[in-house]
Amino acid sequence: MKRYLLIAAAVSILALLPLFLVPVYYLHLLILVLIWSFIGTSWSLMGKFGIVSLGHGAFLGIGVYATTVLWNFQGLTPWIGIPIGIALALLLALLIGYPAFRFRVVGHYFALITLALGEVVRLSIIAARNITGGSLGMTPDRVQPPTDVSWYALQFSDKRYFYVIALLCWLGALLIWRWVNRSMTRPALEAISEDEVAAASMGIHVTSHKLRITLLSAGMTALGGILLGLYNQYLNPSSLSGISISLEIVFLSIVGGMYSMLGPTIGAIITIVFRESLRTYFGVSLAGMSESIYGLLLIVSIIFMPRGIYGAVETWLKREPPPSTSAGADPDPDPSS
Amino acid sequence: MALFDFFLLEAIINGILFGGVLALLALGLNLVFGVVDVIWIAYAELVMSGMYIIYTLHITWGWPLLLAAPMAIVGVGLMGLVVHRLIIAPILDTPPINQLLATGGLLFFLQNFATLIFGADFRNIGLSLPILQIFELYISFSRLLSFGAAVLGMIGLYLFLSRTYIGTAIRAVAQDREIMSLMGVNTKKVYLITSALAGAMAGLAAILLVLQQDVHPFIGFSFGPITFMICVMGGLGNLIGGFFAAFIISQIISIGSFYGSTELSYVIAFVLFIIVMFIRPQGIFKRNT
Repeated sequence: MKRYLLIAAAVSILALLPLFLVPVYYLHLLILVLIWSFIGTSWSLMGKFGIVSLGHGAFLGIGVYATTVLWNFQGLTPWIGIPIGIALALLLALLIGYPAFRFRVVGHYFALITLALGEVVRLSIIAARNITGGSLGMTPDRVQPPTDVSWYALQFSDKRYFYVIALLCWLGALLIWRWVNRSMTRPALEAISEDEVAAASMGIHVTSHKLRITLLSAGMTALGGILLGLYNQYLNPSSLSGISISLEIVFLSIVGGMYSMLGPTIGAIITIVFRESLRTYFGVSLAGMSESIYGLLLIVSIIFMPRGIYGAVETWLKREPPPSTSAGADPDPDPSS
Repeated sequence: MALFDFFLLEAIINGILFGGVLALLALGLNLVFGVVDVIWIAYAELVMSGMYIIYTLHITWGWPLLLAAPMAIVGVGLMGLVVHRLIIAPILDTPPINQLLATGGLLFFLQNFATLIFGADFRNIGLSLPILQIFELYISFSRLLSFGAAVLGMIGLYLFLSRTYIGTAIRAVAQDREIMSLMGVNTKKVYLITSALAGAMAGLAAILLVLQQDVHPFIGFSFGPITFMICVMGGLGNLIGGFFAAFIISQIISIGSFYGSTELSYVIAFVLFIIVMFIRPQGIFKRNT
């Protein structure tokens, strides 16, 4: 009971935050943290079961570009464009996931296939430069006549609207995480990540379990991309698809800890706060500084804390014996974590 | 006869030469995968480091190019050694995907460290090699050079692996690492030598790339993904397979760019890779033994 009160208090503080005078810049950071946490959580749903995708940029890009192209060229409201964008991402996930899981493409090979997928989407967006603006990127058209608050186009000049939307999506992702953790899918996928053949011989339908979690993750990632596009009101193929952004999603989740519900959120907070503070204090003269340290942090994190910062702190608090250095199943039996 | 026009022929020849560069890039990556069973996702960034080594030595410090270029081989070879010792070795017993991701951290580090030191500008060593003209064909001399170096590198590596004692040990470990360590082979040493060798190959590729391209911190993204695809398509760890896969991919890209756009030809190459992975996950050239 006490726990639920605590959660309710935390959520209401977060929800009421914009009512107080939070400077716009901090609100901006909060929104970015929430959206990236959402995307990181989506990735971790797959990643924590050993299905490592290096191509989530593909789903990110296809969702946001579909939504924006439909808005700019057909005048279709994002309310219809978003489901279409997500549906396309799901279709792509199905096209890549079904054969991959059916033919037992795992580990390295799955990572490289998804890496190629991310590049396919990025290059296709650039190739379709007549409608997407190529590598220069595109901006969603302003709603006509211009208004400050347009629910129809989901364009708001006040950041607080986006804060609430991002907060709701992030909470939704946490609920989905909890739901997956409490369903039979979790033990099934854990068994699969330990040993696929053994799991199959136990009667676990390997392909369908892996496919379902992949579809879930891909759909959520597409929504995350759409949120980014709507919030920034600017789309760029390199920052929304391809190898670079895909790796960033992976690393954010790993640094935070992909085995815990709040791990990717911690990762997003660390990544964004770190980058922004170094940028404000040192300016552009030290461009690359924060990411260099971040890269080192990643290497150290994977070698010494394979469960990420959150996981390491959690283990330390519980004083459990040190965890195995496995990227496979989460040995933690607590389903609520 | 549209099929026999000179431009198409030129595209095909340039494709073959481009394949030489790709084959050279794939060589080192393939070696380290075949022996250590690790994918260096930061491999293209090691090549980028080599390009910056040449740039710094030649332009900033004024070394002659013929002296600066071999230093890239030495420098990146040492980097390969350090990468294995500091990043791969501590987590060699964990799932392979951890090693891939750890070198991913290295990718971020190298890219941004290069940005920090050199800035995001495009830099070149200010040397342009002539373009050969044979009848109506224009062929880039630097590409011809890369092609030759790729073939030589390939032969050199083959001779090293087949004729020397340590080369034999490397091949033996590639076949069965558990048994070889029982046989008294120091696998740790073999891994270190292989990593240094792979780094040296990346250095060699850097020399040839710096002759034809400007270097910038994010150049790795332009040829990194395609290099991974080539290694996997040729059968990871299969040096000869990787060599041929490089030429298939380069022909697709070259002829595709000739008829359509460069991006679309890369898309075709990547899609082909994905399909090949589904049909033959062991790569098209891997023997079924």
